[in-house]
Amino acid sequence: MQAFIQNLINGLALGGVYALVALGYTMVYGILQFINFAHSEIFMLGAFAGLFVAVALQDVGSTPVVVTAVVFASMAACMAVGALVERLAYRPLRSAPRLNVLITAVGVSLLLQNAAQILWGATPRVFPTILETQPLWQGTELVLTNVQLIVIVVSAVLVFGLSILVNRTKLGMAMRAVSFDFDVSSLMGIPTDRIIVFTFMIGCSLAGCASILYGISYPKIEPMMGVVIGMKAFVAAVFGGIGSLTGAAVGGLVLGLSESFTIYYVSSTFRDAIAFAILILVLLLRPSGLFGVVRKEKV
Amino acid sequence: MRLSSVFSIFVAISIGVLAGCTGGGASKDEIVFGEYGSMTGSESSFGISTHRGVEMALDEANAKGGFNGKKFKVISYDNQGRSEEAVTAITKLITRDKVPLVIGEVASSRSIAAGAIAQQYKIPMISPASTNPKVTQLGDYIFRVCFIDPFQGKVMAKFAIENLKKTKAAILRDIRSDYSVGLADFFVKEFKAMGGEILVDTAYSTGDIDFKSQLTNIRSKKPEVIFIPGYYTEVGLIARQAKELGLAVPLLGGDGWDSEKLTEIGQDAIVGHYFSNHYSQEDTRPSVQGFIEKYRARYGETPDSMAVLGYDAAVVAVNAVKTAKDLTPASLRDALAATKGVPGVTGEVNLNEHRDAVKSAVVMKVAGPKKYSYVTTINP
Repeated sequence: MQAFIQNLINGLALGGVYALVALGYTMVYGILQFINFAHSEIFMLGAFAGLFVAVALQDVGSTPVVVTAVVFASMAACMAVGALVERLAYRPLRSAPRLNVLITAVGVSLLLQNAAQILWGATPRVFPTILETQPLWQGTELVLTNVQLIVIVVSAVLVFGLSILVNRTKLGMAMRAVSFDFDVSSLMGIPTDRIIVFTFMIGCSLAGCASILYGISYPKIEPMMGVVIGMKAFVAAVFGGIGSLTGAAVGGLVLGLSESFTIYYVSSTFRDAIAFAILILVLLLRPSGLFGVVRKEKV
Repeated sequence: MRLSSVFSIFVAISIGVLAGCTGGGASKDEIVFGEYGSMTGSESSFGISTHRGVEMALDEANAKGGFNGKKFKVISYDNQGRSEEAVTAITKLITRDKVPLVIGEVASSRSIAAGAIAQQYKIPMISPASTNPKVTQLGDYIFRVCFIDPFQGKVMAKFAIENLKKTKAAILRDIRSDYSVGLADFFVKEFKAMGGEILVDTAYSTGDIDFKSQLTNIRSKKPEVIFIPGYYTEVGLIARQAKELGLAVPLLGGDGWDSEKLTEIGQDAIVGHYFSNHYSQEDTRPSVQGFIEKYRARYGETPDSMAVLGYDAAVVAVNAVKTAKDLTPASLRDALAATKGVPGVTGEVNLNEHRDAVKSAVVMKVAGPKKYSYVTTINP
């Protein structure tokens, strides 16, 4: 039983990071109907931004100050890059076929990966310990660390906050309107370009926050780190129903849990195979994902 | 717009052509060896250290006058720690740079991938540090200057049972690495033969970051030691997560742990654990201390095993050039096969009939940041 709970905790902490990154994919898809493949690289850049700030602040003793600074620096960097990518790469293609934007997204992703490799090298760097990992609760077969709890709580708070933003605020209403019908919302006086940039920035800030949670839990930062996480988060978003916020959050958690349980009860070799088998099964039964809505193509 | 894109394509092509022209073409007064290694990526310290060792050995040989007025030189390519890049690198060295001898790699998976090419072109290859037996089994052109994993597995099994007095072990191996899988198998075999018991044998994949599920599994079986024959990046992360999960038993590993990065990643979680290695910095023999001193003076760091073995590999290569009847790859191969009593850093290098070196191993204990302390020596 304790082993089961331990795997549950491990899986939730891993799934929380997936969920935050998955939200970025799903938000951009919801509003523009294309997959922003560069999102995983924004995650990577966020981790590097956090790393540099953490190194610069190494002499500041106070943990809360450093952690706050690192998180905000990373979120700010991600928002800036996200806005820049949207402005330079995606906006000029707004009226182009969706496939063109998709290819551009792949291109931006490769560009950022390689630029990071040139700038910082391919050798992994160690994320400084800005938060000492300590067991909060320790049984004979069960440990909950402060970092695991923080990852789970922060992910939950952010997902909750995001759903309030989207469902209860004016900005959220505008986002939903643009998502529902781009042209009509623009006719209604909604500044669609600005709303799209906002959507990108919010999605990217979540990736930035996720990258710091990742850095604290797994202190290995390298230019290719976004690839695997990005793929997993993308899968989580599709699994939950791309375009749906709840779907992305649930998808991330399910993926994290399934990986954790597969490794424990089956074998690590089958980890990805089983995770993807679940995905295929869900998509066979519900082609639009767990929480996806079937959209009728608008004529 | 169109004109500019045509122009940029033209520029790109001409840069490519120019770059193609600069490589290759050994001049007449040089003997050029090839080298490929992981200069970047997760195992970057392997490639960088090996290259430094090779450079030092060649510079020393050149300072002593080179060979018949010719200077030794090495062309070195990065494979980013990837097998497919290693194959590209060695093909480039053989077909474009036309080197008569290649030095590389540390990781067994990459030595096996690239060694097949060397064997195919019949160009001798010396692996400085690949310990998997399969490497030199590729063919008669593949050599190595280090011990092999059946021995290394035995060393750690013996150490666990005789020195630590532990008989219940768990295995955590890297399923994607030939080195790790091979070493784990040999450890299991020897450990069982000596009366030990393997409680759980589980795996991860190179590049993984989360090992908590495997470690949770291991923890539930209550082993007395955990054998983790992986490379330092993953081992560092594993040690941290093991500590987080409250696993307080000794971790054991192989020479894949040896890097200054091990303690940087693992921090205090890796301190107090043991691994088998090719040499000890505390070895008081003048050849070892002299090497450490020269290396520190040149690079400002204490050499790791990969630097030592890179040096040994280059010394063996230079010796082959000096003893071969001519400089064709076939003659160099024959000279390498006859390597006996070549003075390396950790004693004389002798290659046996399987083209493997016969050397003793040391067991080291991680003592602190970038510090290991010598525990014991185990002879073959």
